Amino acid sequence: MTGALRLPRGVPLTSTGIVYLVLLLVVLLSTVLTASAGRNFFSPGNLSAVLTGMSVLGFIAIGQTLVILAGSLDLSVPYVTSLCSLVAGTAMAGQTSNVVLGVVVALGTASVIGLVNGLVVAVLDVHGFIATLGMGLIISGYLASNYQGSAGSAPRAFRLWGATHIGPVPLSTLVMLGCAALVIVLLRRTRMGHHLYAVGGNREVARMSGVQTVPPVVVAHVLCSLLSGVAGLLLLARLSVGSPTIGSQGGYDLMSIAAVVLGGTVLGGGKGNVLGTLGGVAIFAVLDNVMSVMAVNPFLKDVVRGLVIIVAVAVYARRSTGGRPARFERPSVTDAALQEAR
Amino acid sequence: MRADEDVAAGVPEPAVVLRVEGLTKSFLGTTVLRDVDLTVRAGEVHGLVGENGAGKSTLMKVLAGVHQPDSGTVRIEGREVHFTHPVQAQRAGISTVFQEFNLLPDRTVAENLSLGREPRRRGLVDTRQMVEDAARLLADLGVEGLDPRRVTRSLSVAEQQVVEIAKAVGQDARLISMDEPTAALAEHEVSLLYSIIARIRARGVAILYVSHRLKEVFDLCGRITVLKDGERVVTAAAAELDEQSLVRHMVGRPLTTFFPDPAPGTTPGEPRLTLQDAGNGYVDGITLQVRRGEIVGLAGLQGSGRTELVEAVFGAEPFTRGQMELDGAPVRVTTPRQAIRHRIALVTEDRKATGLALQQSLLDNALGVVRASFPRRTAAARDAMPGTLSSLAVSARSLAQEVQYLSGGNQQKVVLARWLAIRPRVVLLDEPTRGIDVGAKHAVYELMRGLAAEGVAVLMVSSELPEVLGMADRILVMRDGRLAGELTGAATEEEVLAVATGADTHEGAA
Repeated sequence: MTGALRLPRGVPLTSTGIVYLVLLLVVLLSTVLTASAGRNFFSPGNLSAVLTGMSVLGFIAIGQTLVILAGSLDLSVPYVTSLCSLVAGTAMAGQTSNVVLGVVVALGTASVIGLVNGLVVAVLDVHGFIATLGMGLIISGYLASNYQGSAGSAPRAFRLWGATHIGPVPLSTLVMLGCAALVIVLLRRTRMGHHLYAVGGNREVARMSGVQTVPPVVVAHVLCSLLSGVAGLLLLARLSVGSPTIGSQGGYDLMSIAAVVLGGTVLGGGKGNVLGTLGGVAIFAVLDNVMSVMAVNPFLKDVVRGLVIIVAVAVYARRSTGGRPARFERPSVTDAALQEAR
Repeated sequence: MRADEDVAAGVPEPAVVLRVEGLTKSFLGTTVLRDVDLTVRAGEVHGLVGENGAGKSTLMKVLAGVHQPDSGTVRIEGREVHFTHPVQAQRAGISTVFQEFNLLPDRTVAENLSLGREPRRRGLVDTRQMVEDAARLLADLGVEGLDPRRVTRSLSVAEQQVVEIAKAVGQDARLISMDEPTAALAEHEVSLLYSIIARIRARGVAILYVSHRLKEVFDLCGRITVLKDGERVVTAAAAELDEQSLVRHMVGRPLTTFFPDPAPGTTPGEPRLTLQDAGNGYVDGITLQVRRGEIVGLAGLQGSGRTELVEAVFGAEPFTRGQMELDGAPVRVTTPRQAIRHRIALVTEDRKATGLALQQSLLDNALGVVRASFPRRTAAARDAMPGTLSSLAVSARSLAQEVQYLSGGNQQKVVLARWLAIRPRVVLLDEPTRGIDVGAKHAVYELMRGLAAEGVAVLMVSSELPEVLGMADRILVMRDGRLAGELTGAATEEEVLAVATGADTHEGAA
């Protein structure tokens, strides 16, 4: 049994490994369930639907990973997403010539919001939970009082960014994966990335080691807002209008945090990675897809999502308690696997 | 701008690395350092001793750039320096190994060692270079078999301490100050630290060594400075001092008998705590007895299962096999709450993590256990608490003071007071004098004798062999999770170590 839980060539299972193992199980389960409904999970149409479902949450969850690794949290993401869809949509006003302007204005707005979030967290020492909760409220107030409903319009050229596919793979998913790759390089191969882990792990240790503790937190928040803005642009392209409620309807604040935690990143910061987050996002996308195919009612859908999150965190919590390996009793198979995964 | 102290090569006295003159520092009107002078030369290990509250930590923190002095000067190799941030101190050549670990547990050894100075190639962090640098640094210190790619959390305490020191050395320090570097180490691991310090000295680096373990101070240090109440009492060559005179300088009074004798009439009585072939995942085949009025020492190397054994008795990591009896009656203890209901007390190894609620008041901490487990006795315990605290000589501003602002010794006394409040039958002590000053240690020893006189069974885990030998009526030695042997209180350090390591008697600490 223990052997079965190891990757080939005796590589011990990492926490990212567990995430992808779970993803594999979920895919297998979905294949069976989809087949029982008389459909094919691996049909190009269905695969494309799953991947499309991944991209919006993917952008936001990558950003959320950065913020959580840095020891903060971003609850303002859904409002940034809505705001960017509106700002870009109104700036474009259906004119192809305004696409660049719309994108620049929207992403500029997003970066400013991220910059403010980051500075409030890092310099004023307000916890990310509170700082971004406040920022979210401010933006949602602005949206509610200035937009009665959908506004703006995306020109056809811009809508293509939401509709183009390469084979069954949507362009937006490729862009999302590209962003993920860049963030992985940032985290693994730049000083900023190493310092981000250090500040999130223990700010005092980072400070005493000569690390500037403000820039990593600010960079994480700016990138998170930017990626949420990109998600807003993608939603604008798909819906062709900007919407003040599109972000909060998606529940992207809590869903992105859930995907990050499901991906094995520690909510307290300093430990985790983007690859795990992508696995978490994929698990949600596959579950959503199979439940749509099975026509599961929306309430049950949320119950399943909720259970997945709770079970995942319960498993991780169990994993992190066993500090010392037992000397005299053979641990159970699951304990052994979890020990391996530490 | 090189000052006159820069001694030319060839002169027998090595160059002065650190010169502190007239250093004064006060917090909120309390002067914690007054006109302190200190000179440390290249390649010298300079001992800094004193009771807790004598100003050692403050002096180290001033040198580390954590605190700024009110007056006085600090010179590094002749240059006067002023630090407003720890990084400036590091750049100037002063690295500090603090008592609390300064490592990121979820990062690798290499990542910790290079933190803030990651090697880069074409703009990106060169991870291969990072691992090579770390391996070379560790090899230079004579450390073998420590893979720099390991995650720091998976290292033993001793290995983490080594990494901590390597980090300081890697910062190209001219002076490394170490605060109680052996506090968390077992006796046999101390020798590794000694050899590392010898290698650092050979590089001409100066070391400022703070420790409560006087034996180490004499083993390592060329000169010793004693602080008392924020003032320098004496600086002398170690050869001119002995433990007696050093302690006299530290406390200002002679401590004739360091370990108090048992109270008259204390004789071990009926068996109080009995374990019969008990075991769990961490310890196995434990058969032992602690009698009323008896102090039993539990010795062994770090990781030999001593902490695990007392935690099992206390129900934190309960026994899954065997029998446990209390005053002859079989008991089952599967949670700490049950243990407390049986009036078994455990003073844990790490008082900051598992002993105290640091941000709560002294009184709330002292009453914590009674309140939770014997609610009806709370009022009586509250009335008795001021008496208990003053009998332990706890010095605090008021009962409402948050315990985080107390010194280590006073914090430990609060932990003891909270257990006295349940009128314990069995007291389990895990490293009860770790990181506390000489005076507070003495108070803990006196308390243990007092408990024994009242018929309490005391089981004490300690890594300090003199303490075990000085206090225990009998000594149980653990090895690899099992009891490896029993010795009388008249045993020698060598005998205990021989049983603990499973080696012959010549194998002892350095």
